[in-house]
Amino acid sequence: MERNDFNNYSLKLDQERGHTDALLSCWDLSLGYEGKAILEHLNFEVRAGDYLCVVGENGSGKSTLMKTILGLLHPLKGEVLTGDGLRQNEIGYLPQQTLVQRDFPASVYEIVLSGCQGRQGLRPFYSKADKALAWQNIRRMELEPLARRCYRELSGGQQQRVLLARALCATRKLLLLDEPVAGLDPKVTTEMYQLIADLNRKDGITVVMISHDLESALRYADHILHIGSRIYFGSVEGYLSSETGARWAGKGGAEA
Amino acid sequence: MSQLQLYLQQPFVQRALLVGVLVALCASLLGVTLVLRRFSFIGDGLSHVAFGAMAVAAVAGLTNDMLLVLPVTILCAVLLLAGGSNAKIKGDAAVAMISVGALAVGYLLMNLFPPSGKSNISGDVCTTLFGGTSILTLKPLEVWLSIALSVVVVIFFVLFYHKIFSVTFDESFAAATGANTRLYNLIIAVIIAVVIVLAMKLVGSLLISALVVFPALSAMRVLKSFRAVSVCAACISVLCAAAGILIAAVAGTPVGSTIVVADMAVFGIFSLIGFARTK
Repeated sequence: MERNDFNNYSLKLDQERGHTDALLSCWDLSLGYEGKAILEHLNFEVRAGDYLCVVGENGSGKSTLMKTILGLLHPLKGEVLTGDGLRQNEIGYLPQQTLVQRDFPASVYEIVLSGCQGRQGLRPFYSKADKALAWQNIRRMELEPLARRCYRELSGGQQQRVLLARALCATRKLLLLDEPVAGLDPKVTTEMYQLIADLNRKDGITVVMISHDLESALRYADHILHIGSRIYFGSVEGYLSSETGARWAGKGGAEA
Repeated sequence: MSQLQLYLQQPFVQRALLVGVLVALCASLLGVTLVLRRFSFIGDGLSHVAFGAMAVAAVAGLTNDMLLVLPVTILCAVLLLAGGSNAKIKGDAAVAMISVGALAVGYLLMNLFPPSGKSNISGDVCTTLFGGTSILTLKPLEVWLSIALSVVVVIFFVLFYHKIFSVTFDESFAAATGANTRLYNLIIAVIIAVVIVLAMKLVGSLLISALVVFPALSAMRVLKSFRAVSVCAACISVLCAAAGILIAAVAGTPVGSTIVVADMAVFGIFSLIGFARTK
């Protein structure tokens, strides 16, 4: 098993000290469904300001990892630690679109505002601060002219921006994106990547992205987590010189 | 017209109007989330469960069958909905299974052990399935029970409106950002069961789906936000229920079917408006 030894060493030290200043860290994590492991001995951490891309073959457990980080699924072994003042319900999540959403009668504003729901607890209505935050994120994603439009009438790229604005309402620190460019045309894909890169660089939001698109992952991210039969975690430069990375990048990555 | 005024002065018509409007209101409020979650047929399925439970209650000789019907229906609703999108047997298959099973068991029991004092089984069954005129023969206790439950349902809907929206639109996002989706699904399931047991009196079990589905679908043809759709569905449902009951009283048609035909007419009109707008 090929790993980045320096990172493992520092992770181990953090673990032994019993704390970590990373936003997210996983140590010897095993994941899967109903006791059957899909992925074992996974180690990685995400520090504030990082842009991490998770790549790997179909069925290697990328989505399972994402669900585990979000707390929707319990790990079989180990745990996902959040640190640096981040709580698990403060992760902004951009899921893949579901069937239900395709013909959903909801305005852009309603959807963005629902990003504040996680903090509501049993409070029935949104506060002024919640609504202000929703408008702020609508403007940030340049959706203001569309705010009263119906979600189902928007283009794919616009819908993704709506869901990104909603995710930004749920977090100030960490975005978790599940294949954010799936089904978008090349021009919109580039715009989407640029938008995410801006959030990372200008606003200092940490990004963890699941991606099929290795080329873009290498261009925009600063860290790579490759999962599958071989695991790699470390910097993009290290990935390209590693055996796994060289093979994947040579193949053009993504769909095998 | 004078005939209508005469009817409106009758206390039994007033009671029927009040209960009918309230139940239609509750059904349409929940209809929006049910249609969007692809659970349109749950009304039908749960009402068959209620029918089965009524048959068991009749065979067991219970005087107040609500005591059995309500808990059993709530239990089935929870089994169907509380699993959310992670359930083993998915939506439509689970609903079909429970609905057909309960209907068969109920009818079988009524045939094997005919309740004493009632000889007209098929008439009984027909009334439960199609509603008959039972809404015109409501007792004061039933009226008060219906009013109380309807008020509770409406209050719950208003308080949980934003939570229902976020759980319906995107359950995994809601759960990931810390919303208690299991609790909300549970509450929605219980409310639906209560509404359906109430609505059985009004339109009978076969037509409940119409009460749940038509107002929501009509509103969705034309309107573009969740709030507008919810409010519009509620208005459509209330108007159709009132119109249906009055027409049925005057023309002597079956109450349930008349309400549903009114709902269908409105759906047709809204579809045309929606179609014209996209042109």
